[in-house]
Amino acid sequence: MAQVELQGITKSFGATRVLKDVNLSIEDGEFLTLVGPSGCGKTTLIRIIAGLEQQTSGSIRIDGASIDHLRPHERRIAMVFQSYALYPHMTAYGNMALPLTMARLHLYERIPLLRLLSPRRRSVMKQIDAEVQAVANQLKIGPLLQRRPAQLSGGQRQRVALGRAMVRDPAAFLMDEPLSNLDAELRVHMRTELAELHQRIGATFIYVTHDQVEAMSMSDRIAMMDGGQVAQLGTPSELYERPASIRVAQFIGSPAINILPGQVGPDGAVELLGRKLPISTRLPPGSAVSIGIRPEAIRVTGGGDPAAEVSLHAHLRRRELLGPEQILHFHLDRLESATVIVRLAGAQAPVAVDGAAELGFDPGACHVFDAEGNRVEVSRAESRAVPPQAALVQVGRAG
Amino acid sequence: MASAVAISAPRPTSRRQVLIEKLIGCGFVFPVCVLLLLLNIVPLGVLALLSFTDYQMGAVDFGFVGLDNFAKALGDPVFRRAVTNTLIYVAIVLPGSVVLGLFAAVLIHGRLGSRPFYEIVYFLPITTTIVAMAAVWQIVLHPGLGPVNAVLQRLGFEPVMFLSDPAFALPTLAVIGIWQLVGFNMILFLAGLSAIPRDLYEAAEIDGCGSPVDRFLTVTWPLLGPTTMFVIVTSSITSFKVFDTVVAMTKGGPMGSTEVLLYAIYLEGFQYFNSSYASVLTLIFLVFILIFAVIQTFVLDKRVHY
Repeated sequence: MAQVELQGITKSFGATRVLKDVNLSIEDGEFLTLVGPSGCGKTTLIRIIAGLEQQTSGSIRIDGASIDHLRPHERRIAMVFQSYALYPHMTAYGNMALPLTMARLHLYERIPLLRLLSPRRRSVMKQIDAEVQAVANQLKIGPLLQRRPAQLSGGQRQRVALGRAMVRDPAAFLMDEPLSNLDAELRVHMRTELAELHQRIGATFIYVTHDQVEAMSMSDRIAMMDGGQVAQLGTPSELYERPASIRVAQFIGSPAINILPGQVGPDGAVELLGRKLPISTRLPPGSAVSIGIRPEAIRVTGGGDPAAEVSLHAHLRRRELLGPEQILHFHLDRLESATVIVRLAGAQAPVAVDGAAELGFDPGACHVFDAEGNRVEVSRAESRAVPPQAALVQVGRAG
Repeated sequence: MASAVAISAPRPTSRRQVLIEKLIGCGFVFPVCVLLLLLNIVPLGVLALLSFTDYQMGAVDFGFVGLDNFAKALGDPVFRRAVTNTLIYVAIVLPGSVVLGLFAAVLIHGRLGSRPFYEIVYFLPITTTIVAMAAVWQIVLHPGLGPVNAVLQRLGFEPVMFLSDPAFALPTLAVIGIWQLVGFNMILFLAGLSAIPRDLYEAAEIDGCGSPVDRFLTVTWPLLGPTTMFVIVTSSITSFKVFDTVVAMTKGGPMGSTEVLLYAIYLEGFQYFNSSYASVLTLIFLVFILIFAVIQTFVLDKRVHY
C-alpha cells in the first residue's frame, strides 16, 4: 500500500530521448494504467520505477521517501513480466517462495548441506510455507504448486507469476503487459480476475499495456503516453469523452474515432466539408481543424434524419456483423477518400451494401482538434437544447 | 462398384507412399550405416576377437589364448600405472577446465566491446597444433631458459623441473590440458549463457537476488545445467584420451610418470607390435569411456533438464 510519485523523470539512451519530463502521482491503492503505442516509453518508465533501469534525471518517491538510490529488491515493489519470467528449474512453489527465502534466509542457509547448520531455518521455512500456501489458495493454484512452469498452461503460469509478486506483500505491483501472451478468451477472463484481485488486496497497481480495452476496463486512471510524455492523465471516461489530443482520441476507443477535415469559418463557426456546424471556436478564421466523431455517435437512416442537426450523405461500402452489434464502413459522397466507420447496436442492416444513407450526428459529440492535434474547446453557436437522442447515443456507447 | 473402387483406390497408393517413404529413409541412413560399420563396428569386432589371441602385428597366424591377455593386463604394473596416471590427469583437467571455462564465460558474457577479443584469445589454443605448442611450452617451462622458472627464482624459489621431475610432469601436462580445453568450454558456456532470458535476471533482482553470487546461484548455474552436462561429457572424454601432449613433450617419462592409457596402448600396439595385448587394453579403455557416458547420461541428465 503506497503512494508512488514520479517527478520530472527523463531517460535518454545515447542521443535518443525516450522519456521527456514525466510527472505522475499514483494514489495509494490506485489502479493506474500506462497505455500507449509501442515505443512511447511506457515500458521504460515502469522499468525505471522497478529500478531495472536508471533514470537520466528526476526522482521517484514511495510514500514521500525517495527510492532513487535503492536496488530493485529494496524498493518494496513487485513486478509481473510479460514473459512471466518464472524460473524454469523451480516448481511453482519454489518460484513463489523465492522472494521470501531470499529476504529471510542468509546465503549459507540457502546452500544445500550447509543450511543444516542453521537452527532457525526450519521455523522460517514453516512460516514461508504457510504464506505461500495462503497466496496459492487465494489464486486457486494450490494443487499446482509442485509442478514446474513447463508443466503449466499460460494462465496458470500467469497466476504463479502473480503469486510470486503477492507473497512479498509489496507497496506497489508493477505489471508489464502481463496478459499479452495469453489467448483472447483467457485474456478477457484474466482481466476480470486482475481487477477483482486489485479490489480485494487494495494495493497500488501500475499496469502497462498497449491494449486500450485493458486500460479502459481495469483502471481507475489512465496515463496515455505518447512520444515519451504523458499525453493525457484521467479516468477512462475522461479520456474517452474529452481526449486532449487527436492521438489520444485515435488510441482510445474501438473502432477508432473518425477524423474528418474541417476549418474555421469567418464567423468562428466550424465547417465540415463546406457545411457550417452549429459550434464555434476561438481559433482565427480560416484555421484548419480536424473533427473527430466516435463511430458510436453516428446514426444511420435511409432518408433524412429529422432529429439530427447535421447529416452527411454517404454510401455503405462494407458491413461487419459482430452479433449484438455491427460495424459499418461508409464512403462520404462529398469526400471519396474518407471512410466513416459507424458502430450500431442490433443485427439489422439499416441500408443495403452500396445503398445511400444519411449519417446523422449531434454536433455536441464532435471533438475538434487544431492543426497541432490539440483539443479545441467549442461552444454552441446557437442556444439550442441538445436533442435527447444525442444524449442517448452518448450514454449508450459502452455497449 | 464404381464407388467401391473410388473408396479403395487411395489405399494402395498410400501403401505405396509409405513404402517409398521407407525406402527414401533407408537411403538417407545407408551412408552413415556403412561408415559406422566400416569404421566402428567391424574394427571393434576385430579388436574383441584379437584380444582373445596371441596375434602380433605382421604375424601370419595366431592362436587363441582365451582370457590370458585380460589376466595379464590386470596384473600388469605398467598398465595399472597408466590407468592411475590417466585418472589423476582427468581428475585435474576435468574440474579445472570446466570451472575455469565457466568462470571465463561469466566474466566475458557481460562485456560488450571487448567480448570478441577475449573470445579469440581464449579460443586460440584450440586452433594451434599441439606439436608446435609443445615446443613453446618446453621453452616456457625450461629449468634454465624458461620465463616461468626465472620468475620463480626471482621470488626466491628453487627452479622446478616441470617436465623432468616425476612429481611435476603429470600435473604440468594437466595444466597444459586445461589450457587447451578452457577456451572451448568457455565458448560452450557462452552459448548457454546467451540462451538465458534477460528478464529472469531482472525477476531475480526484484525477488531479492541483490548480489552477483545470489543471481549466479539462482539463475545462471541452474539454467546452465544442460550446457554444463554437455561440457562435462566432452571434457572428460577429451581428457581421458590425452595422448598428443605426452608424445610431444614427455614420451611417458620421466620414469613412466606420464604414461597414460592411450600412450600405453600405442606403445604396446605400434612400438612393441603386441597387437593382441593392445586390443585388450583398448577394450578396457572403451569400458572406462562407456562408464563415464552411462553415469553422465543416466545420473546427471535427470537432474539438469526441466
